[in-house]
Amino acid sequence: MKLVIIAGPPSAGKTAVTRQIIRHFLGTKKCAFLKIDVVRAFEDEELRDEFHIPARKIYSGDLCPDHTGVMVLKDAISWADGLGTDIFIVESAGLCLRCSPYVTQSLGIVVLSAVSGMNSPLKMGPMISLADVAVITKTDLVSQSEKEVFREKTKEVAPAIDIIETNAIQGTGLRYLMRSIDQQAEISDPSTIILRGIPPLGVCTICVGKREIGWQNHFGVVRKLDGADDIFRGD
Amino acid sequence: MSSGTLSEITILPGHDKHGNPEQFDQIVIRPGDTLSIVGPTGSGKTAFINDIEVFACNDTATGRTVLVNGEIPAEEFVRDPSKKPIALITQNTKCLADMSVEAFLAMHVRARKMSGSAIVAETIELANQFTGEQIHAGCRITALSGGQTRSLMVADAVLISNAPLILLDEVENAGIFREKVIEVLKEHQKSVIFVTHDPLVSLLSDRRVVMRHGGVEKILQPDGREVHIREMVARMDLTLCRFRERIRAGELLTEKGFTV
Repeated sequence: MKLVIIAGPPSAGKTAVTRQIIRHFLGTKKCAFLKIDVVRAFEDEELRDEFHIPARKIYSGDLCPDHTGVMVLKDAISWADGLGTDIFIVESAGLCLRCSPYVTQSLGIVVLSAVSGMNSPLKMGPMISLADVAVITKTDLVSQSEKEVFREKTKEVAPAIDIIETNAIQGTGLRYLMRSIDQQAEISDPSTIILRGIPPLGVCTICVGKREIGWQNHFGVVRKLDGADDIFRGD
Repeated sequence: MSSGTLSEITILPGHDKHGNPEQFDQIVIRPGDTLSIVGPTGSGKTAFINDIEVFACNDTATGRTVLVNGEIPAEEFVRDPSKKPIALITQNTKCLADMSVEAFLAMHVRARKMSGSAIVAETIELANQFTGEQIHAGCRITALSGGQTRSLMVADAVLISNAPLILLDEVENAGIFREKVIEVLKEHQKSVIFVTHDPLVSLLSDRRVVMRHGGVEKILQPDGREVHIREMVARMDLTLCRFRERIRAGELLTEKGFTV
């Protein structure tokens, strides 16, 4: 099973990109989907209805969504693998621009919107710099000049990143993204998967630098994929 | 790819929405060529130029393939916008940056690693030939009208991007001098493809690609047969332009009849 992790700021077009990936592989590969969001999310229901694939969501509530991702990812990989999944897509809420949800043995995709302002790539650190691929959406809406400058700034943050420009609703230009997914290696050993980056300074186990995925490896605020709803205590 | 190395773009047929193969062998576009894409809404006009913009290789909904100089283009020409030989300007294309016209163009010049500040002034000068509303170097980009923005983007595509092929999706709505745009693009040996509902733009093009049900239905090459109508439409257009200017100037139009 291949693991694809998609992150990016709200409204960048993560789900539009996810839809194109699922549509492209429909009929040849079995896809499964997990959405990690903070308060509400509907993508799992939409994708399940549209493509009839296994899809679920988890709310992070008072936790940081990337923290939640680390906690539940090991369970989630077992869930998807148990269903005979070929490509497991995890979409993160993408709220914190300091963290980044990408782990080893996965393809990390950051989705950025060309209309978010030419300096926006410079304001996002590891979410871009630790990704393998940057998909820049809505490029049909901005001038040639801004498109080129946006690309330069993304390269400034992550010189080696693979940049793909698209109108994700139409799916233009995504052939290179599909090729990257095709070429992505399968997960070799889930028990050795770790977060790629060093999380920000803090006091929880992930914050202090324990990068192993799975709630079994953490203490304090832990969360399992099943039955985690009651941890949410916010408004 | 500089404009010097692009000798032709070839479009190979795909199929329409019902899966029927398109009835043409190939469409070849060479420097200086002008094509119009016409047809009802939903007939596949925008999909046609999108295929060209992404250099489709039988991997889009239409199944068309686009070749550069007879070959599948190198990946960097497809992926890197500064190397891509195509500029696409649509009705939705906007300049979002809140900066002056001068700074905006200078930023593009820098991104292209070009030298010389003269090109910024030249670009503004060219843009001003396309629009009746004067663009000043110090104007905020975000304060420009639709026509000014479109004029600036076309001038930018010609001089700074130096794209050999320019795709214009229904730009006539923006109120720019269409004849002038076509004339300048020909002068600079640019190929241009218009998606258009505008009679004048259609009649000024060398070839008309007629779309139906998502596929190319036919390709018309008037070869001068439409010259009388073209001249008449040009006169009508000029008349309308003059009326427009007078209305903008606050005049009452009280002539009792008007000869076109």
